[in-house]
Amino acid sequence: MADIVLDKVSKKFPDGTVAVQDVDLEIADGEFVILVGPSGCGKSTTLNMIAGLEDISSGELRIAGQRVNDKAPRDRDIAMVFQSYALYPNMTVRENMAFPLRLAKLDRATIDAKVDEAAKVLELTPLLDRKPANLSGGQRQRVAMGRAIVRQPKAFLMDEPLSNLDAKLRVQMRTVVSRLQKQLGTTTVYVTHDQTEAMTLGDRVVIMRGGAVQQVGPPQELYDHPRNLFVAGFIGSPSMNFLHAAVSEGRLRTALGDVAIGDRLRRQIEGADAPRELILGIRPEHFEDAELIDEETRRRGMEFDAPVDIVESMGSDKYVYFTVEGERATAAELEELAADAGAADFAGAGSSLVTRLSAESAVREGENRRVWFNLDKIHLFDPSTGRNLTLHEGRAAGALAD
Amino acid sequence: MSINATPTGADVAADETATRSTGRHAAVPAQRAGRRAKAPLSENKRAERRLGWLLCAPAALVMVLVTAYPILYSVWLSLQRFDLRFPDQREFIGLDNYVTVLTNQFWWTAFGVTALITVVTVAIELVLGMGLALIMHRTLVGRGIVRTAALIPYGIVTVVAAFSWRYAWTPGTGYLANVFDGSAPLTERASSLAIIMLAEIWKTTPFMALLLMAGLALVPEDLLKAASTDGATSWQRFTKVMLPVMKPAILVALLFRTLDAFRVFDNIFVLTAGGNETSSVSMLAYNNLIRGLNLGIGSTMSVLIFIAVAIIAFVFVKLFGTAAPGSDDGERR
Ligand SMILES: Nc1ncnc2c1ncn2[C@@H]1O[C@H](COP(=O)(O)OP(=O)(O)OP(=O)(O)O)[C@@H](O)[C@H]1O
Ligand SMILES: [Mg+2]
Repeated sequence: MADIVLDKVSKKFPDGTVAVQDVDLEIADGEFVILVGPSGCGKSTTLNMIAGLEDISSGELRIAGQRVNDKAPRDRDIAMVFQSYALYPNMTVRENMAFPLRLAKLDRATIDAKVDEAAKVLELTPLLDRKPANLSGGQRQRVAMGRAIVRQPKAFLMDEPLSNLDAKLRVQMRTVVSRLQKQLGTTTVYVTHDQTEAMTLGDRVVIMRGGAVQQVGPPQELYDHPRNLFVAGFIGSPSMNFLHAAVSEGRLRTALGDVAIGDRLRRQIEGADAPRELILGIRPEHFEDAELIDEETRRRGMEFDAPVDIVESMGSDKYVYFTVEGERATAAELEELAADAGAADFAGAGSSLVTRLSAESAVREGENRRVWFNLDKIHLFDPSTGRNLTLHEGRAAGALAD
Repeated sequence: MSINATPTGADVAADETATRSTGRHAAVPAQRAGRRAKAPLSENKRAERRLGWLLCAPAALVMVLVTAYPILYSVWLSLQRFDLRFPDQREFIGLDNYVTVLTNQFWWTAFGVTALITVVTVAIELVLGMGLALIMHRTLVGRGIVRTAALIPYGIVTVVAAFSWRYAWTPGTGYLANVFDGSAPLTERASSLAIIMLAEIWKTTPFMALLLMAGLALVPEDLLKAASTDGATSWQRFTKVMLPVMKPAILVALLFRTLDAFRVFDNIFVLTAGGNETSSVSMLAYNNLIRGLNLGIGSTMSVLIFIAVAIIAFVFVKLFGTAAPGSDDGERR
């Protein structure tokens, strides 16, 4: 067990591609850190550098306080789990799990004891004499985990370990991974594409984009207080709604009506070089059917009328899609997010608004509905830099804050 | 004829006892069930299989015409006394030619030379070819140039290459002979064989490397990364991960090269013409068949070479059965 420190670590491939740029990250002993980001943002490269499978172009990597830039993977005492599982096809499950121990020249009895122990934890005991080809995807995944845990390494590195499993198995394995990590208390860096894994598994989440770290923090903090447009759009499912907002006479003109802003925000956007156009972001759960709001709450927000497109009742609440008129929000980040998620999944920047209303709402498809939204919870972003303007000392304060 | 009759008779007898003990009604369904369990073919599968046969048919037909006929004709010739110098004495003599050849000291010397060349060249080619394959697989810069350079020997006509080796080893004019004080290595048996093997190895190592490189491409990158993090040195990665995964490709390469090497001819023909007991079996067959005009003995040797090659192929194919990585054939049997 050990802490891992990345100090301005960069990776430049021989063909000139800069896959990772000046990443600073301190991973505490026993911490579970998640790396997320769109495809090609350098997550695997970062992990491979920690493992020693890729050379570090510049910067320093320290494991347990020791500089390991030039150490071979076998001298770093780190175990890695791959998306493809990377099980040795010619060895049985037992041999696969024993492989790292055999290489470490442990004696037979110790090896057998450790393998049996790990097999028991992962419920692999009946499969020990099978070859990987004769295992299901979930079983192969568990063998890969088993091979990682038998040697009690300083850290686990996992590169999308659950991505090849079907949805149900993934949920099941997620709890296995989580429980295992808590039991063993081993420092873990986990790369994923999956929102839910990112939100539920880790102590902290690192969001990467184009090789650079965007924000690091506990999942809830990233969700509530995104530092920029990219983080706001990346975290959350369905994603945050983004609307075009024009600044005029101390108010914001948006498709949902004119939004009043507080003093602090006004000072920020009144400077000479301040942007005249902003992007307003608001999450689906901060909308509510106007009929279901009490007076007290109503005062903290604003209301608008819009035609209902689709109603999806989830039982506990309803996802309601509205069509809104007006200019679309445009920014490089939003395009990138849409490209990564596939346009269908990322409705954030479209002309349709995703809201989550309570189940009691009598909303029906085709009608015009009056909807309330919470002004305390809106975010305003500068489209050119992506910066969240509502953030004050790391906390999002909404539009009205003084 | 008597040899043929015995097994057939035994079969019939066994069939009859089976029928008698279980009764005809019981025996027939059992047999049918057995067949169905072996190949449960749906209508679709059967149509697919028929199409497969149809697609093979033209190629199979050509094969029969151009290979089966000569083979059968050789077998037929090998059963006769047939020397073109004495055409009147042509006569069917059964297996006498085989007795003659298999008791002949020249045949066994040639067989020994062939076996030696086969084993030594294939072994060295495997090692060198693997090294070359690893280099070609790994090089990132100038990949095309490295590969082209490595493949040049394989692209040169064997006879041309053999002549260049012969001249190189000719005392007085050859650059290699001069290096060794103008000795004449091609006039002595041991050094001749060494030079023949050298020429073979130089010529065909690239082919071996090419086949092995195809095998290297089969080893997933993740597997090697996993082995690295599991603590394997590069040698351990090679022996414990790469080689087992590549085993089918290695066997294919070995099979091709063994079959080729066993039929070695052109290098010997050019370098020593079989002098100083350096003949291979192919060389000996050629000498009897084409130069000696003894069709009977020459054909017998050809058939024996064919049988030897068939045995080699059979052994390798048996090895393949359990070679596919991840297959659990070993456990099921
Ligand atoms: N060997 C290489 N040479 C050049 N560029 C590379 C190499 N390997 C990766 N890259 C580039 O580096 C960037 C980061 O790649 P990386 O594999 O780390 O992405 P990732 O975040 O893991 O993506 P994914 O989610 O798709 O796995 C990509 O743009 C990729 O094209
Ligand atoms: Mg990746």
